[in-house]
Amino acid sequence: MRLPDLASLAAAPRPFDPVLARAGEVIRGKDEAIRLALACLLAGGHLLIEDLPGMGKTTLAHTLARLLGLQFSRIQFTSDLLPADITGVSIFERERGEFRFLPGPLFAQLVLADEINRATPKTQSALLEAMEERQVTAEGQTRELPTPFFVIATQNPAHQIGTFPLPESQLDRFLMRIELGYPDPAAERSLLAAGGQRARAERLPALLAADDLAKAQQAVAGVHVSPALIDYVQALLAATRRDPSFQHGLSPRAGLALIAAARAWAWLAGRDLALPDDVQAVLPAVACHRLRALPGGGYARPEDIAALIRSVPIP
Amino acid sequence: MTRPPAETLERGATPWLFAAALAAVLPHAAHQPAWLSVAAALLFAWSAGLWWRDGRLPGRWPLAALVAAGCAGILFEFRTLFGRDAGVALLVVLTALKLLEMRSRRDATVVVTLGYFLLLTHFLYAQDIPAGLWLPVALCLLTAALIRLHGGSAAGGPRRVLGQAALLCVQSLPFMLVLFVLFPRVSGPLWGLPQDAHAGLTGLSETMTPGSIADLVQNGELAFSVRFDGAIPPRDKLYWRGPVLEHYDGRTWRPHPGRQPAPRVEARSAPLGYETTLEPHRQTLLLALDAPTALPPDFAVDGTLTAKRLQPLVERRRFRAAASLDYRYNADESPVSLRRNLALPPGRNPQARALAESWRTGENGPDGVIRRALALFGSRDFAYTLQPPLLGEQPIDDFLFTTRRGFCEHYAAAFVVLMRAAGIPARVVTGYQGGEANPVDGYLVVRQSDAHAWAEVWLAGEGWRRVDPTSAVAPERVETGVAAALSAGEPLPALVRVRADWLRTLRYRWEALNNAWNQHVIGYDERRQRELLGRFGFPDIDWRGLAAALGAGCGLLLLALLGWALYRRPRHEPVQALWRKALRQLARSGVDCAPWETPVALARRVRERAPALAADFEAVAAAYLRARYGPDGDLAILRAAVARLSSRRRT
Repeated sequence: MRLPDLASLAAAPRPFDPVLARAGEVIRGKDEAIRLALACLLAGGHLLIEDLPGMGKTTLAHTLARLLGLQFSRIQFTSDLLPADITGVSIFERERGEFRFLPGPLFAQLVLADEINRATPKTQSALLEAMEERQVTAEGQTRELPTPFFVIATQNPAHQIGTFPLPESQLDRFLMRIELGYPDPAAERSLLAAGGQRARAERLPALLAADDLAKAQQAVAGVHVSPALIDYVQALLAATRRDPSFQHGLSPRAGLALIAAARAWAWLAGRDLALPDDVQAVLPAVACHRLRALPGGGYARPEDIAALIRSVPIP
Repeated sequence: MTRPPAETLERGATPWLFAAALAAVLPHAAHQPAWLSVAAALLFAWSAGLWWRDGRLPGRWPLAALVAAGCAGILFEFRTLFGRDAGVALLVVLTALKLLEMRSRRDATVVVTLGYFLLLTHFLYAQDIPAGLWLPVALCLLTAALIRLHGGSAAGGPRRVLGQAALLCVQSLPFMLVLFVLFPRVSGPLWGLPQDAHAGLTGLSETMTPGSIADLVQNGELAFSVRFDGAIPPRDKLYWRGPVLEHYDGRTWRPHPGRQPAPRVEARSAPLGYETTLEPHRQTLLLALDAPTALPPDFAVDGTLTAKRLQPLVERRRFRAAASLDYRYNADESPVSLRRNLALPPGRNPQARALAESWRTGENGPDGVIRRALALFGSRDFAYTLQPPLLGEQPIDDFLFTTRRGFCEHYAAAFVVLMRAAGIPARVVTGYQGGEANPVDGYLVVRQSDAHAWAEVWLAGEGWRRVDPTSAVAPERVETGVAAALSAGEPLPALVRVRADWLRTLRYRWEALNNAWNQHVIGYDERRQRELLGRFGFPDIDWRGLAAALGAGCGLLLLALLGWALYRRPRHEPVQALWRKALRQLARSGVDCAPWETPVALARRVRERAPALAADFEAVAAAYLRARYGPDGDLAILRAAVARLSSRRRT
């Protein structure tokens, strides 16, 4: 009998490998973050990138939009931005004698919401509502947003002056939250030598056909999740609720998010079944912004999640 | 010095350690010098404050100075660092100081271990019910601290940790019972206790001076408790004999030091069997009921009918004896002994002697003299009190003619002096009189407050006859007890004087409970063990049999626990059974799988740690992952992969 090896588990086609490779050339040394961002997109969720300015948040969003052939728009959030500025306005056209809706920048397939915590809560909630509903209601009329619809929001660490930190209920709308962090010395050196990457990102070719992304999302949804894996996810959820180092535990919605993200992660690796490894890999990105670490009440840190993983046996 | 993070003590575990250490130290406060308890409390408060403020723990030198100060204090107090009291005090100080040194998990483990030991030392001081009840509480707290220490914050909240500790303690209960019932009992302590282990015990003294028994009467402690085979005889027959005092130097009465021939007792009533449980009194006395007709094996009566043995009694023991309440003895007493019991110190107490000599002439024999003496005490001039006035150089004269107020030892001493002066051989007998019947369990309880002194006179043709002069002045003392005989102002222990009915009932119940504890738990000795095992069909079991039974009992319990654990174990499907088999193979090759480690991560580690097995294990992992997490697992492939891994490992 021919016995399998681990590689045989990952035998499904991996059409996104070129995307990952090209993106990695632009944003150097951040393969993990790119993979997480892609997984988030494939799982149909929105992404929150939290980091200091100049770490490549915008470049990442831009690169993904270009490579995936998505229509891209960027909204710079400021404190005087109004909901209509992002959803769009109706103007009266005199020739035709009627109002015409001018769609706002939200009507794009990949929206980069830059520095979301600089906007007022009113504008923030307009964006978050659109993210949840995938539609925009303006002047009594509901308009569908394009599909796929994917928001990458960026946020500077909340202790900066003049910001409105997102409340927990809205953080929950983001499937994942990642930090890019400083590049490692080698990556930084090649970045400094090559000059800014933003222009390069603008010139990237689309690697996917129009409906490839939708097909991929379908395939991700079909990745097998066994009862044993659900047991594991449930054990992790229960552990967050029991663990006194967290203010409160993860919600069932967080559990759903975890499974969806694990599916996408598995699919990106070429597997048609999700493994505990996938759950462990996406857990920090999915759970950190949904948990409050005690004492202090800040986001849970990756160390907390690592400790959590170590406290839960795999069933 | 930096430590790896796992070694540093987690902040959340510290309160548990405080609670556990406190539970272990607290009972010792009852018998320690006050300064030591205060010092320990201050150290506890200091370390708790440091913990609260997240302050820096004191360095090595301040701690060393504190240790030196503690040792110096203990040396000053006890004159030694060893022995029971000083040793325990040292442990208490060191435990409190260790709390100031809790940096790593190792320090915390030391605190918990010290706590377990300190808990044990508590039983060197008390083996009563409160001590027995405190033990599980403290044990639970110590175990909880240990659980919290090793489980970290994942061990859960306080209720969970305490619950788990309680469960562990409950699980150990059957083992405790088996060990208690079956562990071979030896008579006498298993190991030598420190010299001071039995200090501070009260009881009858070997000599008698005015006031020595009155002091004892103010002590409500238990002396012994008795269960009669039949009904409890009337109180005025219950004389429990202690030392008999024959020598008088004008102030102090002492026993005759030399050997005397064995007494010849003529029992005139059927022997009455009883079982007495003696509190440790550090003496050789049995305090048998007069007159003993049967004694426990290692006891014998001396020439004055006092039952003694060679070794002092240092632990609570139970003995069987029998007595004949109506008796005569030594009608043929030796002339030497009679002379001894007629001797009076020359030149002392002239008035008393003159009085007695006046009785001697003209009266109708010794009986008349005795009657006159008792009539004197019965006159209204004499009073019975625990607080007699001080007596001068001629104590008996002072007592008889001036103060006329005294306790039983005054009356007994004065009576004996009068008798000797009148030419009747007489001596003082000390011991206990009466006792209190507990209606709850039928035991007769004899306390130190029942201590008594009476007299014995020798009459030709009859032998020694007991005369209790106290009964002449205060008949209630003999018929009802000391509380009834003394007026309300006398300094008796409150326990002895309780009058309220409900309070009395409560006390009887508490004493019956205590007595049951003493009889069945503390008093579970070799004989009880043999009785109990005999009842279960093992009548003549020796220590080998006991050891075998002990092993079998513990083994059976272990098996039962194991069976329970197996029964409760999650049932593994064949897939997991095969996976576990593979993991066992790996473990034998030195690669252990952490419970949270994924098969893929494990395979990566196997590649580094055991490259020879890497390919085969990878196959197992792949087959397992496919079978467990995939939609279409094939058990046959997994089985084949595990088989190949096993065979590879063997070659």
